[in-house]
Amino acid sequence: MLGQLRSHLQHTLSPSTPRALWAQCTLHSRRTSMRALATSTDYGKTFDKILIANRGEIACRVIKTARKMGIKTVAIYSDADANSLHVRMADEAVHVGPPATSKSYLNIPNIIGAIKQTGAQAVHPGYGFLSENSHFVHALDEIGCTFIGPNEKAMAAMGDKIQSKIFAHEARVSTIPGFNGVVQNADHAVEIAKSIGYPVMIKASAGGGGKGMRIAWNDQEARDAFKISSSEALSSFGDDRLLVEKFVEHPRHIEIQLIGDKHGNVIYLPERECSIQRRNQKVIEEAPSVHIDQATRKAMGEQAVALAKAVGYYSAGTCEFLVDPKRNFYFLEMNTRLQVEHPITEYITGLDLVEQMIRVAAGQQLGFKQSDVKINGWAFESRVYAEDPEKYLPSIGTLNKYIEPKGKGDEVRCDSGIIEGSEISIYYDPLICKLCTHGATRDEAMKNMEKALDEYVIKGVTHNIPLLRDVISHPRFVQGKLSTAFLAEEYPKGFKGHRLTEQTREELVAAAALAHAKRDLRNRTWVSGGGPLTEGAPQRDQWDLFVGVGADAPVPVTLKRNGDGSFLVDIDGKPVTISADWPLESPILRAALKTPEGTSRTATLQYLESHPLGYKLAHHGTKFDVVVHTALQNALSKHMKEKPKLDLTRMILAPMPGSVVSVAVKEGDTVAEGAELAVVEAMKMQNVLRAPRVGKISKVFVQAGQSVAGDEVMIEFFGEEEVKKAA
Amino acid sequence: MHLNMATISRASLRATQYGARNLFGVGRATVMQARTLATAAAATVTSGETAMIRKMEEKRAEARLGGGQKRIDTQHAKGKLTARERIDLLLDNGSFREYDTFVEHQCVDFGMEKQKITGDGVVTGHGTINGRLVYVFSQDFTAFGGSLSKMHAQKICKIMDQALMVGAPVIGLNDSGGARIQEGVDSLGGYADIFQRNVLASGVVPQISLIMGPCAGGAVYSPALTDFTFMVRDTSYLFVTGPEVVKAVTNENVTQEELGGAKPHTTKSGVAHLAFDNDIEALSRLREFVDFLPLSNRHDVPVRPTEDNINRADAALDTIIPVDSSKAYDMKDVIGRIVDDGTFYEIMPDFAKNIVIGFARMGGQTVSIIANQPLVSSGVLDINASVKAARWVRFCDAFNIPLLTFVDVPGFLPGTAQEHGGIIRNGAKLLYAYAEATVPKITIITRKAYGGAYDVMSSKHLRGDLNYSWPSGEIAVMGAKGAVEIIFRNVKDKTQAEAEYVAKFANPLPAAQRGFLDDVILPSTTRRRIVEDLKMLKTKQRENPKKKHGNIPL
Repeated sequence: MLGQLRSHLQHTLSPSTPRALWAQCTLHSRRTSMRALATSTDYGKTFDKILIANRGEIACRVIKTARKMGIKTVAIYSDADANSLHVRMADEAVHVGPPATSKSYLNIPNIIGAIKQTGAQAVHPGYGFLSENSHFVHALDEIGCTFIGPNEKAMAAMGDKIQSKIFAHEARVSTIPGFNGVVQNADHAVEIAKSIGYPVMIKASAGGGGKGMRIAWNDQEARDAFKISSSEALSSFGDDRLLVEKFVEHPRHIEIQLIGDKHGNVIYLPERECSIQRRNQKVIEEAPSVHIDQATRKAMGEQAVALAKAVGYYSAGTCEFLVDPKRNFYFLEMNTRLQVEHPITEYITGLDLVEQMIRVAAGQQLGFKQSDVKINGWAFESRVYAEDPEKYLPSIGTLNKYIEPKGKGDEVRCDSGIIEGSEISIYYDPLICKLCTHGATRDEAMKNMEKALDEYVIKGVTHNIPLLRDVISHPRFVQGKLSTAFLAEEYPKGFKGHRLTEQTREELVAAAALAHAKRDLRNRTWVSGGGPLTEGAPQRDQWDLFVGVGADAPVPVTLKRNGDGSFLVDIDGKPVTISADWPLESPILRAALKTPEGTSRTATLQYLESHPLGYKLAHHGTKFDVVVHTALQNALSKHMKEKPKLDLTRMILAPMPGSVVSVAVKEGDTVAEGAELAVVEAMKMQNVLRAPRVGKISKVFVQAGQSVAGDEVMIEFFGEEEVKKAA
Repeated sequence: MHLNMATISRASLRATQYGARNLFGVGRATVMQARTLATAAAATVTSGETAMIRKMEEKRAEARLGGGQKRIDTQHAKGKLTARERIDLLLDNGSFREYDTFVEHQCVDFGMEKQKITGDGVVTGHGTINGRLVYVFSQDFTAFGGSLSKMHAQKICKIMDQALMVGAPVIGLNDSGGARIQEGVDSLGGYADIFQRNVLASGVVPQISLIMGPCAGGAVYSPALTDFTFMVRDTSYLFVTGPEVVKAVTNENVTQEELGGAKPHTTKSGVAHLAFDNDIEALSRLREFVDFLPLSNRHDVPVRPTEDNINRADAALDTIIPVDSSKAYDMKDVIGRIVDDGTFYEIMPDFAKNIVIGFARMGGQTVSIIANQPLVSSGVLDINASVKAARWVRFCDAFNIPLLTFVDVPGFLPGTAQEHGGIIRNGAKLLYAYAEATVPKITIITRKAYGGAYDVMSSKHLRGDLNYSWPSGEIAVMGAKGAVEIIFRNVKDKTQAEAEYVAKFANPLPAAQRGFLDDVILPSTTRRRIVEDLKMLKTKQRENPKKKHGNIPL
């Protein structure tokens, strides 16, 4: 009834119905960069209807290509996704279970049921979930439904990291030393690690990406890593097998995209560099790589093709390599699916990889040769996550404000599965968007990325744009001197937000003062109801303010309104002229600044909210609280008292909303610094909470299985000194 | 001329605590007055008049210092500002015109004739907030502890009378130890004079009390009679009897803060409407608050320019109501998406959180928001929520501020605590307030509108001007489960019956078919519809039958 009513209303009431909006979404993201390859709009015979066994951005992305090709789409969804964008974009949608992935997006019987119910002829699995599950491929084969991906055998051979190593070895692909086998228990893990020599990497056999991967530098860490990785592997993939191998220090992570057809043709595409990683999870990728020359590219590509051919591989796949500074490369693993970061390859090749996958699955031959593949410019991908970039903790919530950057022409591509009002839930990966930019050169693509990040408005969840923005303009990144240890080396104590330079500080202070003046002028303007004294009242043209960034002491700032709408700002004796494109209270403030010497520059800031005595602004991705006082407020503020703060040094707080997996201590326990206190799990990530210093547990507020809110006090403990004092 | 000007500057220097300030007041306009006076004196007057001017200057300088520098320092040390500093922060720079600067108390008992402080513990006058006229009194704790004497009360009454006559809000900055005990019954009389004016002004001009220090005993009833009581955290207290008396009478041990601080009054008693961290923040936020208010009941509701498009369609609203109708959502998100710039000035945010009230703007014009909050106790109506919303509705009705009601209410809260606490009498207050209100009333049912609570929440039957429902609306006597229990008491398997009831009532059609809803609208179009309706309702004319006054169930 409700549904009927809604759709009726959509047809009769609204000029801009949600459907129209989705059409716009499609339009916005429709690529025109297919110029290099496959410009034809004749897709040959493929399928009438496909089901997308995934959710979020990748489901939306596949739907867009299917729609382009005239193929009808079926979405699947869990209870938590009933209102999601991918559901609304698809022609049909089938409910497959409750929010937990094991009961919905990993629920093969229910998905098979959805295929039967809708008559879908093929299934695109996206990435993650069932994309590399050969049982699923087998189940599809049994009902005569085409899997848009490799065959069961090739997938089983390559999808299993142990098996793939053996195949790679046989195909004469260079590999890293390591242990190929199933790890039995923690002792076994230690034994293997010792025989290879530390450091070693321990990870899930079944999973891709960084999930369930840990690096161990000693026996204790090997045990810990075994414990956590195996339990994560179990919860994510339903398979606790692990793999231990030598951890190559300071390598670059570079991968080769393959595309093959069912007729034995396999072609390699230009490499992607994915060295910017944290916890082995990719953060920023680019294509091509500054490190790879034509000879290396060819060698890597040919080895990858050889491996694919050896196992009879078709569809899209990716061979990951570690490359050392001398361009020696080692095969890491093959991902038998579409990669998250495939858009940057599409950007520089002009291919639509999903289209190619669908055509190949339908039995078509590849429509181009190895020699047709060219590199067109440069592309970057920033993975915008709902996570705190300082603590690397996922964040959940509703996207109260969400505006994707547009860019000019084809410069910017946003692959996302959300819109304003969507919820980032505890159940799934906290990816908000894959923000990609293109340019004729690396430098141009990078500048486009800076601009896109500055204009990306996300409110409601904590996100990692501050980190992305900082990395993208980091001198070492700009020079292309990358390694997988980039983040660890450049932010040894963790990322702490953009550090203001003289220039960015000036931009921030000037913008805050300007916002203040513009609002003040508005506040003095009364259309009606102003009463007798507002009639003919003179408008103000000068402000004497004190502006302080964060905890810094406020500096005197004088603002004068010029006739042309610009303002002359004097910041502590240093003048600069600022004009801004900022409709009052809107989220993006584009400022143009000009010094008395005549040098001009522009800056894009975000106006996040107003405080009783200032503003929260974002600059270079990082949020700043800017205090704006009048001269009088500034003079009197010295009398105001600081409010006492809660003593948090004795509290262990839940780092994020989630559930308590285990509590390792009880009241009265004495703990060493670094001892495990409890484990909290959210979004499939387990976080071990450790004692920050030596002390005694005075209170435990939680128990295993309980869910906790973010910042909830879990454990209270006394430090050594307090224990002594008490004794 | 030179001599006189020099005298003025010296005097003004003496009176200055910070920056350049003139002793004849604050800012440019008064500098001009001072010059005129001084020039006149130099040109024509005798030395006697010059002496008089000098004497007045000295008196003014004394008044500026209130109870003296030492007491000012003590006041500052407590994190509190002086009466004049507060006025300067509240009003537009240079707009304050002080009255009764030279008033002194007339008491001759207990040696009081030897202790006089110019101004007698309160600073009064008028000024502007963003250009609009307001009347202010600010009690001076440094002068006799801000205690209320006959003359002190008289000063306050004078500005109240004028505010009532002119039509402009009265703002009281309270910081007073209580009655001037030396004056005895004169002081009590002073309080009562103020109370009487509070009541006469009620509904004519907005009255706001900002408690910035102690306010105890009979003094509390003036703020209680005003429309809004705001407090400053940690430095203000409101109680009828203090901790010592409480201890003596009931043997309870309680601190001032626990008994009458901002926290109990904004969370438990509902006496205070808002609390702020310190004086500077409080006065800055108070300026913002006053911007929403009409100057009086005969002035237009204020309209400020806005750059938020009045036709803005917010697609996120179309999915903001959870699919599962038992799942909560934050009504403040809904409000923020509809009103100008997402700016919602919430009143009483920590008291009876199951209902949300406050100011916002639509197309630049002040509107009043009343909304059930599904996030807290499913948005149920209870005693506190009813009382909170009832007084708010009546304030807005008195000052012609349109009422915008967002409904998602499962009913009234059951239980002995509520019944014995008088939910009947108290719930009736909200019903009365809505039924009595003649301002434009626009109602949007976002989800549940169950039982008597549906009637109460600005329904069509209570003269709602425009009543809308979103497609997710459910207008029924009760939820399907409960209804089926009654209708199909003897049927074993109630699933079928429940589904039938849901199909029949868990949607807005039945109400729309009866004309109880004017339309069912897409959530994303709500803003545009409301702005249009407000324009259309500007010329609304409706009057209640002539009467002395109604008899609201107090």
